[in-house]
Order: sequence, then C-alpha cells, then structure tokens
Amino acid sequence: MNAANNSLAHGKPGNSLWSDAYLRLRKNRLALASFWFVMLMLALCFVAAWFCPNPDKIDLENKFAGSSVSHLLGTDQLGRDIFARTLFGGQISLLVGFVATTLAIGIGVVIGAASGYAGGRTDAVLMRGVDTLFAIPFLVVVIVLQVVIAEWTKDASGWVVDSWGWDKKLTSRIANIIPLFIALGLFGWLTLARIVRAQVLSLKEQEFVEAAKALGYSRFRILFRHIIPNTLGPTVVYATLTVPGFIMYEATQSYLGLGVEAPNSSWGILIRDGANFLETEPQLLIIPGLFFSLTLLALNFLGDGLRDALDVKAAKD
Amino acid sequence: MSLLDIKNLKTYFHTRAGTTRAVDDISFSINKGEIVGVVGESGSGKSVTCHTLLGLLPQPPAQVEGGSVTFDGNELLDLSPTLLRAIRGKRISMIFQDPMSCLNPYLTILDQVAEPILTHEDVSKDEAEGRAIEMMKKVGIRDAEKRAHSYPHEFSGGMRQRAMIAMALVTNPDLILADEPTTALDVTVQARILRVLRDLRDDLGVGILFVSHDLGVISEVADRVVVMYKGKVVEQGSVESIFENPSHPYVKGLLACRPTFETKFRILPTVDDFLQTEENPDGSLALYERPDADVRLAELRNQIDTGGEPQDSNQAESILEVKDLRVHFTSGGGLLSKPSDTVKAVDGVDLSISKGQTLGLVGESGCGKTTIGRAILRLVKLTDGSVVYGGTNLGDLPLAELLPYRKRMQIIFQDPYASLNPRLTIEQALIEPMKVHGLEANRSARRDKVVELLEEVGLSVDHLLRYPHEFSGGQRQRLCVARALAVEPEFVVCDECVSAMDVSVQAQVLNLLRELQEKRNLTYLFISHDLSVVKFMSNEIAVMKQGRIEEFGTANDIYENPQSDYTRELLEAVPRADF
Amino acid sequence: MLRFITNRLLQGIIVLIALYTITFFLIKAMPGDPFTGEKNIAEETKQLMREKYGLNESVFHQYFLYLKNVFTEASLGISTSKAHSVNEMIGQSFPVSCILGLTALSFAIGLGVPIGVASAVRKNSWVDYSGMALAMIGICVPAFTVGPLLQIMLSMKIPLFNVAGWETPRDIILPAITLGLVTTAYIARLTRSGMLEILSQDYIRTAHAKGLPVSRVVCKHALRGGLLPAVAYIGPAFAALISGSFIVETIFQVPGMGQHFVNATKARDPFLLQGVVLFFGLLIVIMNLAADILTGFLNPRVRLGQE
Repeated sequence: MNAANNSLAHGKPGNSLWSDAYLRLRKNRLALASFWFVMLMLALCFVAAWFCPNPDKIDLENKFAGSSVSHLLGTDQLGRDIFARTLFGGQISLLVGFVATTLAIGIGVVIGAASGYAGGRTDAVLMRGVDTLFAIPFLVVVIVLQVVIAEWTKDASGWVVDSWGWDKKLTSRIANIIPLFIALGLFGWLTLARIVRAQVLSLKEQEFVEAAKALGYSRFRILFRHIIPNTLGPTVVYATLTVPGFIMYEATQSYLGLGVEAPNSSWGILIRDGANFLETEPQLLIIPGLFFSLTLLALNFLGDGLRDALDVKAAKD
Repeated sequence: MSLLDIKNLKTYFHTRAGTTRAVDDISFSINKGEIVGVVGESGSGKSVTCHTLLGLLPQPPAQVEGGSVTFDGNELLDLSPTLLRAIRGKRISMIFQDPMSCLNPYLTILDQVAEPILTHEDVSKDEAEGRAIEMMKKVGIRDAEKRAHSYPHEFSGGMRQRAMIAMALVTNPDLILADEPTTALDVTVQARILRVLRDLRDDLGVGILFVSHDLGVISEVADRVVVMYKGKVVEQGSVESIFENPSHPYVKGLLACRPTFETKFRILPTVDDFLQTEENPDGSLALYERPDADVRLAELRNQIDTGGEPQDSNQAESILEVKDLRVHFTSGGGLLSKPSDTVKAVDGVDLSISKGQTLGLVGESGCGKTTIGRAILRLVKLTDGSVVYGGTNLGDLPLAELLPYRKRMQIIFQDPYASLNPRLTIEQALIEPMKVHGLEANRSARRDKVVELLEEVGLSVDHLLRYPHEFSGGQRQRLCVARALAVEPEFVVCDECVSAMDVSVQAQVLNLLRELQEKRNLTYLFISHDLSVVKFMSNEIAVMKQGRIEEFGTANDIYENPQSDYTRELLEAVPRADF
Repeated sequence: MLRFITNRLLQGIIVLIALYTITFFLIKAMPGDPFTGEKNIAEETKQLMREKYGLNESVFHQYFLYLKNVFTEASLGISTSKAHSVNEMIGQSFPVSCILGLTALSFAIGLGVPIGVASAVRKNSWVDYSGMALAMIGICVPAFTVGPLLQIMLSMKIPLFNVAGWETPRDIILPAITLGLVTTAYIARLTRSGMLEILSQDYIRTAHAKGLPVSRVVCKHALRGGLLPAVAYIGPAFAALISGSFIVETIFQVPGMGQHFVNATKARDPFLLQGVVLFFGLLIVIMNLAADILTGFLNPRVRLGQE
C-alpha cells in the first residue's frame, strides 16, 4: 500500500506476444537462414558493390573471361565484370522491391484501417472502389501508368538539372527508376488494404475494444493504441511477401523493355541479356538468375516463417 | 457383462512444453440401457476420454500410454484402423458439443444423416435416405421430409443437435458417446434434448456415456455418475449416492460451490474450502480433505443472507431509471439498397435500480438482455426511450459530455480472453484508464493504486509486468474487474461475466463481486442466462423474452411464485436432481 | 442464384467502365500525337480518324466518341503503328491468347490441386516437402528463365518440340507450361493451406467418428471447403496469366494479344493499346464471374444469398 511496495516487487517481466513470436521464429531454422541470406544480399549489393570494379567499364579484349582475382565471376560479352554488374543490378531490383512495398504498405494500412474503423457508408464506398480496382489487370495498368510517369519524371529531372545543378547522368538514372516505385506502389496496396480492413473489422468486435470505449478512451486512442498494433502481424507478413512479388514485376517489365532502362541495370535486364548466350556462355544468365531466384526464395521463406510465428492461435494458451 | 469396460486408461499429451497427463489411470464401465454421466471441469480429462475410446485423437501429440477398453469383448485400443472404422458410427456413435461446427456446412443435413447407413450397410441410397428421415422425425424434427434438404446454417441450434442425434442413431448403435451435447443450447431446448436421450435409453436400451461440466444436467439425466478431476476418477457411484452423500472432498466442494435455488449462503463455499492438493515427487497430485472444512462451512452458514428484502429498496435512492427503451438493429442494406431486416433486440423496457442493490436480468439467447446492458452504457445506439442516470438522460448527451459518466458506469464482459488487449502489460492496461480520466496525481501514485487494485481482486504485484495470455481465465476476469475498478465506478454491468467459467472458478468470482459490492457500495446490473446464479446475486430480477420484460419481482418471489407462463417454463427447464 | 449472377455482371460492367476510364486518360497522357511519325497511313484515313474520334476536340468529347464507335460500329479504330484495323488484329490474336491462357490454367489446376491436396493430407512428410519445394521454385524462377531453359532442353538438345512459333498443336505445350508454372505454384500453396484449414475443423472429426474411410473424408467432406481459396484465386490467376503472356509470347513467338500490348505500349499506339486493354479486362471479368459461379456451386451459403 505504499511506495516501498512498488519499487521492489515488480515481478518478472512477462513475455509479450512479439517476444513469443520471435522465439518461435528463431526455432524455425529455414526462416532464420533466409533472414540472414537477405541481410547478406543487402550488404553485398549496397556495400560490397562499391568495392567492386566498375560495372560499366567495357573491355573488349577480355570478353567471356573465366573467374580470376580481378573478376571474381568472370566477364560478359563486353568484358564487363559480371559480379559487379550483378551486385549493381541487385541494387535496383532490391530498391524497387523495398521502396515500392513501403509505399504500398503506407497507403494500404491507412485506407484499410480507416475503412474498417469508420464502417458504414465510408467503408462500403471505399471497398467497392477496391473491388473494382482489384479486377483490373495489374501489370497492364502498372506498365501504362509507369510510361506516363516516366514522361513526367523526365521533364522533372531536366528541370532539376537546370535549376539545382544535379549531375545529369545520375538524375536521369534516378528519374528512370522512380516511375516504377510509384506505379507499383500506387497499385500494389489493394490486397493489404483488404487484409488490414478484415483485421480491423474483427478487432472492432472484440471485447477489449468495447471495454476501451466503456472506459471513455477517445476514438483516436483506440485506433492507434489498441487496434493498429494488433494488425501489425499480418501486415508484416504481407509486406515480406510483397517485396519478392514486386521484384518479380520489375524484372518482368525490364525484360520487356518497359521498365528500367540503360544505363540502369537490374537482375531482369541481366537475365534477358544473358539469355542470348544461354547455349555457349550460360553463366551470363545463371549468375544473375541465381542471385534473383535465391533472394526471392529467401524472402518467401522468411514471410512464411513469420506467418507461422505470428499465428495467434498458437500463442493463445 | 458390461457393454463398455474401461480399465486403467492412460492418455498423455507430449508437446514441446512438456507432457500432460490428460487421462491418468481411470476405470469405469457402462452397461446396456444405462446412462453414465462423466462430470468434471475443464482439464479433468472427460472429453479426452471420449475421444480416446473412438481413436479420434491425433497420435502425435496424444499417446495412449496404457490400459484397456473392452467393448462387447473386443479390445478397442488394439484394433486395426479398418476394424475400428467398422465400429465407429455403426456400433458406437458420438454426439459432439457444438453442432454448428460439427456438421459440414457444405453438405445437406440429409446427406450427412444418411451417410453412416451408406457407409456401413449395403443398402440403396433411397432406402438410406428414407431411414434417415424416419429417424429425424423420431428425434423431433418436424417436416423432416422437406427440411432434410436444408443446410446446417439454416437450422436452429436445437434442430442441429437433434440432427446430430439422428445421425448417431441411424445405424442402431449399442453405445452413444455424448460429449457436452447440450452445453451450447438454451435451457428450454436442453430440457427437450435430455428427454430425447432418456427415451432412447428406455425404448431402445442404448447405453449412453454423457459427458458434461454441468452438475445439474448430470443429476437429471444420469443413472450412475463418474467424477473426474485432473485426469483421475475421484469418485463414482449411483447418481443418488454422489449427490446426496459424496465422500471425496473435491466432489463435496463441487456440489457445495454451485449456487442453487435453495442456497442461502451469502458467500459461496469454494472447492478450495474442501480440497487440498499436494504435488507428489513423481509429478502426480495427491488430494486431501481440508481438515477445517466443517469449520469453514459453519462459518459460511452463519453469514446467511437475510437481507435483500424489499424493505431496503424503498428507502434507497434510485440510481438508474430506464423508460421505454428500444434498440432496433437494421441490416441487409448496401450502397444502393435500403436495409431489409430489422431486429428489435429491445422493444420497450422499463427498469429501475436502487443504489447498492443488484438487479438481475435473465432470459434465453436473443432475448435482448446483453443489448440492454450495452445500451445503458451507450455502447450501442438507442432507437428510442430514455436512460436516466443520477438525474441526467444519457440518451441525449453528446459524445463529448459522456466522459464523466464513463467514469461512474462500467462493464465487465463475458469472455475474459477477448476483454484484454493482448499487447499491453497488466500495468499498462490498469494505468491507462486513470490517465484518461485524470485520476491520481502522478505516475508513482498511479502505480501504487494499481498494486492496491490487484490485491483487492486477489492477485499479486508479481503480475504487473505480465501479459494477458499468461493468466488463466479466472485470473483474467479478475483483471477485468480491477480495470473497471480503476476509475472508481458506482455502477457496474456484469454481462454474463461468469458464464464462460468452470463452476469452482465461478464461485470465486461471484464471491469477489459480492465482497466488492459491500465494500464499495456498488450497484450491479447482473445479466446471465443461468437462473441459479442470477438468483444468488440479485435482490430483484427481471425475466426477459424477445426484447420485453415478461416478469419483474424480488429474487425470492420470482422463484417461489412465478406469475408468467414463460417464467414457469424457464424454471421447469432448469435441470436439477429429483430423487 | 440468379440475383447473384446479375449482381456480379453489373459489377463487371462497372469494372470495365473504370478500366476504360483509367486507361483512356492514361493513354491520353502519353506523349505525342498518335499519328506523328507513323508509317503508311493514308492522309485521308488520318483525316477520317481525326474526325471520327474527335482528335481535335476536348478530351471528354473523345472519351464518349470512342465508346460510341465501339457500340454503334463495333470498331476499335486503326492501329497507328501497324496500319491495320484494330478489330482485325485483335480478332486474329484473341483466339490464340485464349487457347494459350486456358491451356496454361488447366495445366495449373490439373497439377496444382492434386499437389496441394496431397501435401495437406500428408503434412510434414516428404510428399509435403517436395510439393511445396516445387511450388517455391515455381514462384521464384521467372518465366524468362524457365522459357529459354525449356527451349534448350526440349527443343534444341532433345528435339521434342519446335523452339518457337504457333503452327502445330504441339507448339502450345512449351509456352503453356512456362506460362502456367507460377499459377500452378500458387494454386498448390492455396489448396494446401485451404485443405489444412478445413482438415482441422470439427466436422472432419465428426466424419471420422462416423467411420468413413479417409478417402471419403478428404474428397467428400474436406475438398469443397478446401478448394475455396484456390477457386477465389482463379480471377487474379487469369490476370497473372495475362501479364505472363507478354513474356511467353515474346520468347516463343506466339502471335497473341500480349505481343500487341507490348508493341503498342512501346509505340504509343493509342487505339491498339486501348482495344487490347479492354479485351484483357473483358477476359478477367468473365473469369471472375466463372470463379464466382464455381464458388457459389461449392459453398451453399453464397448460393443462398446469405453471404
């Protein structure tokens, strides 16, 4: 009943659901290995890449070289270092995957939570909109949208170069990727909005939300302190599974020549170029192909592992 | 020779967290034409026993560690899967607890009821369906020919359970295993189903193993009773001997802690008053009778409830007045269409409660009692009528002005698992209401208050930093009570708050509520479908049916002198021993 | 049921209108005059088109004129990049895309469902692990790797099939497999998780308690519910097949609509692009409707209008 009581005897801290989930995840060796693989890939592409030879340097005398000390995985048809090109290509592919996913998550969570929490007319209208957009062929619209945005970014980049004096080449390279982020992000949030909305709807009915209302908590407090934290599980899982999906889309678009363009490179472009030499110099396709597929595999296994770890049914006694 | 003979059965569950001895060396038997009731609380192993008999447990993590089950001379535990399948559904049938989840929603009722015949006998589809329909009629499904082609979700709860019974009987089995068959049903529907089962015993000589946690139901339907506790059989015998002359302390405690219509206790005895448990070195439990059990009982008898007579209520001020309350729910509207269905959950209800008293609200599912509780707290919108609390009509107040009333009126819900935010520690959950209402001066004062609250509800300061999922159901409900008390309310709605609990835990929570009422002069609106519990807790009772109040009176009057037919029907249907 | 179908048809129409609106304005936002720098279109034809489609007038005017032409004359205009009537081009390529798409879908369902069911029933066995491993590979290895690999292994090294082209019925096989692989993987995974969910339900235990053989429990009791997630995926699956067709048609030189889409986008050819996109939308609406009808068939609650 007095201060002495509370300072000493707090008792052992309990295990939150997050820490329970984390422990379960750690026991899943496949998911753990996948996590470290993804970290490795990020480190390679964004850090180690800068220590590699210049990926654009053409050296026609040295085409199709085998691996050596200066060219770890050999060279391609123009004598460029394959390892460096793969890592730099990875930068673009991974960037598109993660940035577009972040954008999609941002939009999806806000719309899904708002729609689910508001209910009624707002919810009905928003969800009809989502259903309609859902039935539209994703890649078709993304491609067309991206072409349009590319025009705008080209103009914008010209303006930026003129007004702010940025380096022309770098700006145009950035201008080339931004449309992909935006197009994928603008269309890729639909499923997440549905997932978050479904979660919010079921949480709204739970007694602890009613108890919060009965205790006089504001709608704001209830939404941000009680509801959204309980939707993070499926959101995290879905985000982890969206990244590989977007990387695949980017690769598809780039393969068709409708995505990333030279001088930017991505795994998709490398694979396309490598396919031309499949019979004679298969490593040109296989190396970027392996990097690409293994990264996607790791992200998918990680997402599956997260889904199993966060399965609330298992968490409830 | 007995029909089913269980000897030294052991079923253990092996999980990563350890081994649970769900069924730990039990023995009993069932004869033809006999209903054996297996009664126990959650964790007693009664359901696991049922499932073990038919081999329905998933083999990891469950493992039958020993014992024998003899059915008509055959050893069931050794049978090959093919032979076991030949017995399942043909000679031994099973009825499960929740007919909604136990019937396949994608197939018609007829399809599922006829299926055992087609599986085990060599007859044509027409003949099987004909027999199925006959059986459905026999168990009381009217218009069976037409309704047989419906799907489970189109049947009511009682009808679904009858369909399950028909499905179990259609091959004329020798033994029926019934696992909590009436738990999910209203009390009047339950009474009818129990009658069907008794008729089966009398007419067809079927042996029935009836598993339940409800002692009242067991007393009404069983011939012999087996009481289980934590995987062991603690006592068995004829139903009269168990109920009138129990010898094991757990059974004595279990029988004593139920509030019945005749209970005069003000504070209920609990199982702990009779039973003492100690853990043996090998991990099993040793159960002893508490030496001071008699003393405790005498103590409780001395505190018999003499109050609650109307003499108090005229002098006490009325704290809540509800007039002509209506709550209608509309559904079935979309963006473009108008709402098509209106459910009149509450249709013209008048109530008043005096300070410090308890008003009990009782009725079957769908009568509107839960909606009233929520409407009073303005958790649902009122369609019409007034709710006047302490002089102010809550129905008219704009949301912003409701905050001070949210401090004075609180609610405790039915499901303790869903009532606490799984992401917050107990400390956070209990401090939050204080912050929102600006109670207590600073952080440290709030912490002190939280510790006080925990002790008041019988928990300890060690629990502060834990999360809800680390507590048992009874403990979680206490935490909900503590959280409600954190804002110092005057009026608390108890919405089926003990309905999801074992009887022994229920007694503890009811005692806690009673204590708190006396200490803090709280006013309760106690909502429940369980008539005995409502009688125990309330000074006055309102009986509800389909959104209206059928009858109103003091607790004793309602039970001794029911005025309306519906009340009489409800009282009749409550299962109790009738020796 | 009838109300259900009408409802879905109406939704389909709204979807098509939304699709048309979005793509129309996007296409208009693309740079360049449709007729600049394009070959071989006679000047009179250009004039005619300008008038018919109101190319000198406001954007909204053009929006409605296009629709008018579609409904009154069933004409989708002239391709500015190929100087053919769009109707003709679509008319020739649509059946090709259909055959390719449906073959791929059948392959995906025919292989994906059994793998999913087997994996679920034999959870955590080698059957499960290998099935899901194959599915993972299907998701992570892109069509533009599988395609060339198949070409090399089954056309060049072992001459079983033609490398590319669309002449004999045999030519359908390699492209269909390449196209259908991703969908197979998703269907296998969805079927597995759907079946696992159902198999853990109480009514499966009831079925066992009735003494039914395991095959009957799985096929009669579990399958209906278990297939629902996979059936719901058929609509999006078709959308994925459309996206995939762009690549597959390029690799295998299949004269389908996918190629037209890619070329039209690169050439900024508004009429061909619009026409192709509308047809894609139409295909998806039809497939969604088929999937919904199939769901209604499997799930009585949907059929009876309660969900």
